[in-house]
Parts: sequence; C-alpha cells; structure tokens
Amino acid sequence: MFSLLRSMWLVFLHMFHKRETYQYPEEKAPLPARWRGRIALTRDPDGGERCVGCYLCAAACPVDCIALQAAEAPDGRRYPGFFRINFSRCIFCGFCEEACPTYAIQLLPDFEMAEYDRQNLVYEKEDLLINSQGKYPGYNYYRVAGMAISGKEKGEAQREEPPVDVRSLLP
Amino acid sequence: MEAHYWWIVGGVLFVLLNTAAGLIWLERRMLALWQDRYGPNRAGPFGILIVLADTLKLFFKEDWIPPFADKVVFVFAPAVVVASVLMAFAVVPFGPGIVVADMNIGILFFLAMTSLGVYSIVLGGWASNNKYALLGAMRGASQMISYEVFMGLTLMGTVILSGTFNLGEIVEAQKGMWYIFPQLLGFVIFFIAGIAETHRLPFDIPEAESELVAGFHSEYSGMKFGMFFIGEYLGITLISSMIVTLYFGGWLGPAFLPGVIWFVIKTFVFIMVFILLRASMPRPRYDQLMEYGWKVLFPLSLLNLLGTAAIKLIIDK
Repeated sequence: MFSLLRSMWLVFLHMFHKRETYQYPEEKAPLPARWRGRIALTRDPDGGERCVGCYLCAAACPVDCIALQAAEAPDGRRYPGFFRINFSRCIFCGFCEEACPTYAIQLLPDFEMAEYDRQNLVYEKEDLLINSQGKYPGYNYYRVAGMAISGKEKGEAQREEPPVDVRSLLP
Repeated sequence: MEAHYWWIVGGVLFVLLNTAAGLIWLERRMLALWQDRYGPNRAGPFGILIVLADTLKLFFKEDWIPPFADKVVFVFAPAVVVASVLMAFAVVPFGPGIVVADMNIGILFFLAMTSLGVYSIVLGGWASNNKYALLGAMRGASQMISYEVFMGLTLMGTVILSGTFNLGEIVEAQKGMWYIFPQLLGFVIFFIAGIAETHRLPFDIPEAESELVAGFHSEYSGMKFGMFFIGEYLGITLISSMIVTLYFGGWLGPAFLPGVIWFVIKTFVFIMVFILLRASMPRPRYDQLMEYGWKVLFPLSLLNLLGTAAIKLIIDK
C-alpha cells in the first residue's frame, strides 16, 4: 500500500522534470552518422560513379527492393544502366551497404522521405545518385582495383606492383 | 415543472458532456507531463483543439458493423453506458439546491445506475460475436459485479452516520466534519471499488490490450467507440463527484466561493488522482484482481460497516 502511494508520488514529481520530447519539425533529433536512413549512391573523389553494377546489393536485399542493370562505358568502367530502389518495400536493414564492395551504396542519416503517393517511393538512379562521397571520403574504387580501364593500365593502381610476365619465368 | 428545473438539467448535461470531452485532452496532457513528454500541443493553445480534431476524426471514420454481429444490440450497447452514467448524475448534488432529482433514495439510485453500466459491456461484448470481445465482456462483468457488492456495503457506513440515503442531506450532515475522517477505511474501499467500477487503470481488466485485443469494444469503430470512450470519462467524473459528495463534504467549503465551485474543485482533484493512478500503477492479473476484491476488500467493507454501526450505537446510547 505504501509502495503504491510512493510510486504515485514519484510519478507526480515527474511533472516538474525536464521534458524529453523533440518538437520534431522545428527541432530535429540528432542522428548518428551510422543511422540507417535514406539509401544513396555515392561518387568517388573524381566525381565518377562508384557503383560498378555487380548486383551484390540486389542479391543481399532480403525484400528484393533493389533492381539494377549493369552497363559498361567505352573507357572500360562499369556503371548501372538503371538503378531502382522501391522504398515502399525497403526495410532499411543495411545489408546492401555491407554487401557493396565499392562503398557505392550507403545509408544516410535522413528519414524524411514520406510521400502521399506510394508510386513516389520508387527512386530511380537520378534520385539515388548524390554528388558526394558519403561516409568514405577519398576512396576511389578504380584507383585501388587491379582492373585496367582507359588511363590506367594494370599495375598502375595504388599499392599495386606491375604484373609479372609469366612467360619470363619459364625455365 | 418549473423553468429553473430545465436550466439545471440542461446545464448539468452541457457541463458533463463538455467535461467528458475536455477530460480526453486533460488525460493525454497530464499523462504526458507525468511521463516527461509534452502531449498534444499543436492543435490550438496547449493542443486543446485535439478534442475537436478527435471528434471530427471519429465522425469521418468508417463506422463498421461486423456482418456477424447482432446489429440491434451492437448499436444499442454503447448508448447504455453513456445513458446510465448520465442518469446516475441526476442524484448528485452539485451545489445547494442544484440537483436534478432530489431523491430520498439517492444512493440506491446511484448504485442501480452504475450497475446498469455492466449491461453495456456485456451486451457490447456479446453482440460483437467475437471471442476476444466476449472474454473481455465476461471479465469486465465479473469485475464490475464483484466490486459493486462491497461498493454498496461500504456506502452504508456514510448512510449509518448521516441517517439518510439522500445525497443532499448527506452533504448537509458533513457540516461538522467531513466523513473522510470517521470513514477513512470506507473512503479507501469506495475509491478502489470506484476505479474498478469505471474499469480504469490499474483495473482496466476488460480491455487488457496485450491479451484481448481491446476487450469488449474490439469490434467497435467510429462514434460507437467514442460513446464507450465518453462513457468512461463520464464514469470517472461520476465516481469523483460521488467521492466528494460522500466523503469530502460535497459543496461545503469556506464561504468566499459558491458551493458549486467548491464541488468542482474537489471533483477535479479526484479526477486528477484517477489520471495519476493511470500513469503510475501496473495492471494486476485477473485472478489477483478478483482475489483482492473478494478476500480483502469485501471482508474489510463488512468490518467497516459493522464497526461503524457499533460505534454509532454506542455513541447514541
């Protein structure tokens, strides 16, 4: 009985405590950098697309909301011909970000993407591709990968040794 | 009928229904305060227009009657709770001379009308033709009937002290001393029974959303649900005003304020206590609730009745 009255008194005292509410539209909640929000395609430091259309994100997606088609530029760079994320299905699990070998697809701390029409939640490539390097600045996939593209032959990437001519090793 | 009589009836109806609507806002706001939140604060000053918005929303919601329900009873049930509670207010003396029906059997009428509230729950749960609703209704009915038994018994303490069933005369009889002092045990029992009677937290067993969806009103939508809602808030107001009338001297108070104002202030305090209870108490299990009622409160109320009667006899001798 006493404990009931005591808990009522303690709850009553909460009237004079500080409010915990964020007055949302005016006052935004501080989101940590790793907050899994809106998905975006980032660019490398040269401004090129990071995505190489490897389909790993689409394969990792548990709800199959990612659709893309790989294409290849004349300089040998691969890029997605179209890239589509259906955010009405997306569960923001972040598996696509973990699966991505090029840091291209990233979840950003932004959740304000409500729409009145369900169709508007389907984001095309031009909606997804942002002019930023996202969470991994300075990372340029084609500068560390061993793949030859125009302007960079094999062995010219960072921390890469020139390829060995296997025929010269013959006895 | 005299003209001023209709003024009282209309005034009581107007004030009560607006109080019930206002309590929706007050409860949300106070619960928020006690949980370190703001609560509704957008619609109008301090969010007071949230009630208007809620009502509009309820009117525009789909008012669905399940095809498997008993339609007549289904529609009828929510009206019973509002009507019975409003009827019970007829005997409450709001101020000197301000009472709808100055009956000599006031307390009996009050008990009869609160008992009718059970019909609303049982009929609503039964007419929904839904197992969850029926279980909720059964639980609600058994709880309300059990707690009604000693609610009536504990009221007899004040009846013995004042020697009348008339609520106005009971208030007059408290001129020397409020009955909270000689009837402290009776007050506590009546208060607990009152919470159970209005099935408010912590005794909102018929709802128990974690086990029974929403209990007896699972199938209700739109304004029919709103009636249950309003009925609950009217019930809080009724129990609060009865506590004030029976144990806290009703409209008695220092003369610098009129009696009605004293009555409203005291009632308001108890409404706040009801809301505070909701904010701080955990819900007991169903069997705990029944055990508490029958094994603790029922004997206590009998003891209270016998003790009051004995002391009254001794003093009168």
